[in-house]
Amino acid sequence: MMKKLSLFLAVLVLLPLLAVPAWAQELDYSEMDLDYYTRYRGQGRSINVYNWGEYISDGSDDSLNVNKAFEELTGIKVVYSTFDTNESLYAKLKTGGSSYDVIIPSDYMIARMIEEGMLLPLDLGNIPNFATHINPRYKDQSYDPGNRYSVPYTWGTVGLIYNAAMVDENDAIDSWGYLWDPIYADNMLMFSNSKDAFGVAFKLLGYPINAESREQLDRATELLKEQKPLLQAYVMDEIFDKMTGGEAALAPYYAGDAVTMMEDNPDLRFVVPKEGSNIFTDAMCVPKEAKNKELAEMYINFMLEPEVGLANIEYIGYSTPNDRVYELLDDETKNDPVRYPDQELLDSCEYFVNLPPDLAAYMDEKWTELLSADERYSRMLMPLVMLGCVIATIALNTARAVRKARLGTGKEPIL
Amino acid sequence: MKFRYASIPYLIWSAVFVLVPLGLVAVFAFTTQTGTFTIDNIARVSSYTPVFMRSVWLAILATAICLCIGYPLAYLMSRMSGVSQRTMVMLIMLPMWINFLLRTYAWMTLLENNGVINTVLRALGFGTVRMINTQGAVVLGMVYNYLPFMILPLYSIMTKIDDRVIEAAQDLGANPLTVFSRVIFPLSVPGISTGVTMVFVPAISTFIISRMLGGGSNMLIGDLIDAQFLGNAYNPNLGAAISMVLMVFILLVMSIFNQFDDSEEREGMLI
Amino acid sequence: MRFLKRCYLALVMLFLYLPIGVLILYSFNASKSRSVWSGFSLRWYRDLFSNELILTSLYNTLVVALCASVIAAILGTAAAMGIYSIRNRWFKSMIMNVTYMPILNPEIVMGVSLLLLFVSVNQIGAGITAATGIPMPELNLGYLTLVIAHVTFCTPYVILNVLPKLRQMDKFVYEAALDLGCSPVMAFFKVIIPEIMPGMATGFLMALTYSVDDFIISYFVSSATSQTLPVTIGAMVRKRISPEINALSAIIFVVVLVVLVAVNLSALRKERLLQKKLGGGV
Repeated sequence: MMKKLSLFLAVLVLLPLLAVPAWAQELDYSEMDLDYYTRYRGQGRSINVYNWGEYISDGSDDSLNVNKAFEELTGIKVVYSTFDTNESLYAKLKTGGSSYDVIIPSDYMIARMIEEGMLLPLDLGNIPNFATHINPRYKDQSYDPGNRYSVPYTWGTVGLIYNAAMVDENDAIDSWGYLWDPIYADNMLMFSNSKDAFGVAFKLLGYPINAESREQLDRATELLKEQKPLLQAYVMDEIFDKMTGGEAALAPYYAGDAVTMMEDNPDLRFVVPKEGSNIFTDAMCVPKEAKNKELAEMYINFMLEPEVGLANIEYIGYSTPNDRVYELLDDETKNDPVRYPDQELLDSCEYFVNLPPDLAAYMDEKWTELLSADERYSRMLMPLVMLGCVIATIALNTARAVRKARLGTGKEPIL
Repeated sequence: MKFRYASIPYLIWSAVFVLVPLGLVAVFAFTTQTGTFTIDNIARVSSYTPVFMRSVWLAILATAICLCIGYPLAYLMSRMSGVSQRTMVMLIMLPMWINFLLRTYAWMTLLENNGVINTVLRALGFGTVRMINTQGAVVLGMVYNYLPFMILPLYSIMTKIDDRVIEAAQDLGANPLTVFSRVIFPLSVPGISTGVTMVFVPAISTFIISRMLGGGSNMLIGDLIDAQFLGNAYNPNLGAAISMVLMVFILLVMSIFNQFDDSEEREGMLI
Repeated sequence: MRFLKRCYLALVMLFLYLPIGVLILYSFNASKSRSVWSGFSLRWYRDLFSNELILTSLYNTLVVALCASVIAAILGTAAAMGIYSIRNRWFKSMIMNVTYMPILNPEIVMGVSLLLLFVSVNQIGAGITAATGIPMPELNLGYLTLVIAHVTFCTPYVILNVLPKLRQMDKFVYEAALDLGCSPVMAFFKVIIPEIMPGMATGFLMALTYSVDDFIISYFVSSATSQTLPVTIGAMVRKRISPEINALSAIIFVVVLVVLVAVNLSALRKERLLQKKLGGGV
């Protein structure tokens, strides 16, 4: 085991020799307010940013490394980590013990966090780009009236991604119903988070996308249980590899990620089903535990800079609420129906809202039930198994004690 | 020697960081999120019977397969020459230096529909076999990750079996089956007991392996607990209740196993 | 029969090494994809050394593992001495049960229970601050909580390795040292430490190994600022393992392989030499 040590020493020795700068693109700072950005230079400060996976331009594939650029401009170190669903972000914050400065939840989760007092109000004066850059359509939305707590980062729709080479060419994939089609059994993936999965079921049932009653949730759970045997897997970001690798034919996911996947695999198509879908805004917020609110606001402002926003949008494929960024896009992107669909389609989509606590809890419960239940077992089976174990332990110990006593070894049983 | 008090720092450490946290799990299991007493959480655990039974079943399966693969291997190893024995131990421990998540991830690459194995199968004219996202894949992942934990204890017990004992049995006219059932097997029981414990406990409480190889639809207890704390259904009180039930179950199972192990050396192996 | 044995060994080895082969192979893949082979390239080995996330995680892993295993070695050795000296059978057996707890308890329960402890301490601290106005130190998840958790699950391995050495030791040597005028402290360092050194070393290395490799417990008690390598890999597994990690694992694998082979060869040579000497003597 000594080996592991020497190996690490070897790696440590090698590190400086091989370090090569990797980000290819440099940022042009000339348009930026340098006085504003360099206020904290030389103080050795840092901020914790908690974002979705694959949701920032990170310097790979010759893109701009946004965090690195921010560090170079401001001298503030960015500690960056990722989550995979709104719900796990919520759980991490609720559990406590860690302090993030910037988080990027979706609309309904922002509403929930505001309601539960988990966010800090922003000082918009400290984020000058908000007033000038963000399109008024994405300001003052219902999840955060007056943008007291959040600044929009991206928006997008949810739709079906399918592999044209793997689906029947006579099928015009245009309905959520295809996700229940036995022809594609074992060839489909599904959302691995309750909100989006139930959203799909609600739309197929013709309900509004936000649950109104327990009955609706029960009905949707039934529908999702019917779908479960047909599915290959429940996934979140695992979908990138699976869809581009041709592992599955059909899956619901976010439009922006579909764009990224379509670049890697030209057989992929994206469609917003005719039953309607979900439209979402992801926005940057500062959680209550944040230690560096001003720095967080600076980071948010930086993300709104046209060049930075452009790098992010090009890298992640989502749609931008930022007018200055939109102006910089090429015409092909501006007219892309996946990223910037027409008004008619947008009108068929609904936003998620924060559900009343009892319905939200019921949804979590139903979701766990969906994932956990295949086989029918009696609820009593588990207590019975436990009881059996207790009896077996006692019986064995007694038997042993009796045997030892007979043998007279003088050694008492350990229990 | 008067070092009686040297263990005091450790005792304090254990009390604060082993016993108090376990007590907290119990406290959380029996309270609501606002802190009032309840037994609802414990009662709700029984509604996850399918998850529980699936975990137990897959863990038993994985343990049994590990035993079937590991036992003959450990025996063969123990009869090898000194150099070969060392080489084999090295070969079995070597994979453990690569993090289990990465090795499991590599299995994804192997098992997928367009993965390495299926590509080879198709090239040979067999059709595509669906392997990833099945319970079989989850068991495979467990067997793969925990096999060394079965082989090593078995091997270390079997090296202590004297060749002359086996030869004596053979000289006295025992056939190979009798040699196995009357000599080798009884002498290797402590190794089996340790190996089974070392595989069963991590297998039953595993999480993330099922998500990677099982496609997230075969939830196991570990995934269920994770979901309550850092996952998709935040409810630490329910999570604590499930953890407590899992822990009690494992302690019971292990206390049963330890009845088969009469070695006098260990002092106060749990219960 | 011999052939069957060979086949069996080969199959098990294939099973154990197939995924590792794939992992190393794909560290040379030109593209990011895990499923498509698009040509040989060394770019991930180059990129590895500029991937700050991986390097920071590696650094965190080493710092935490070294701190935890040093503390565990000291704490565990002291504990083993104490346990060895205790006469009361019941008390001794109780301590041993507590010692086996972190080894036998499922890791996920350990992780969850420690998370609950740290969070509760924070909440109680905040409560005291709110009630009395006295600022209480915060126990945020980070290096400290990681080291505490790792020491907790590492110490038992040290104890279990040192105890047998203490039992094998001739305790009269220590008393003889005292009789010959050694102070207890000196006798401890001159007599006992050399006797139990092999146990301490094995325990320390086991602790180091477990600490470096631990994912489940670290996953619960770490934060963004203190992610260890396994936790970082755990987050990556949820979308896509960056091939740099494959490159790092390939390097680790080859280095471990080389060192193990070297150690084994030198042990073999020593053995041969010993045999020769013995043979010559007789």
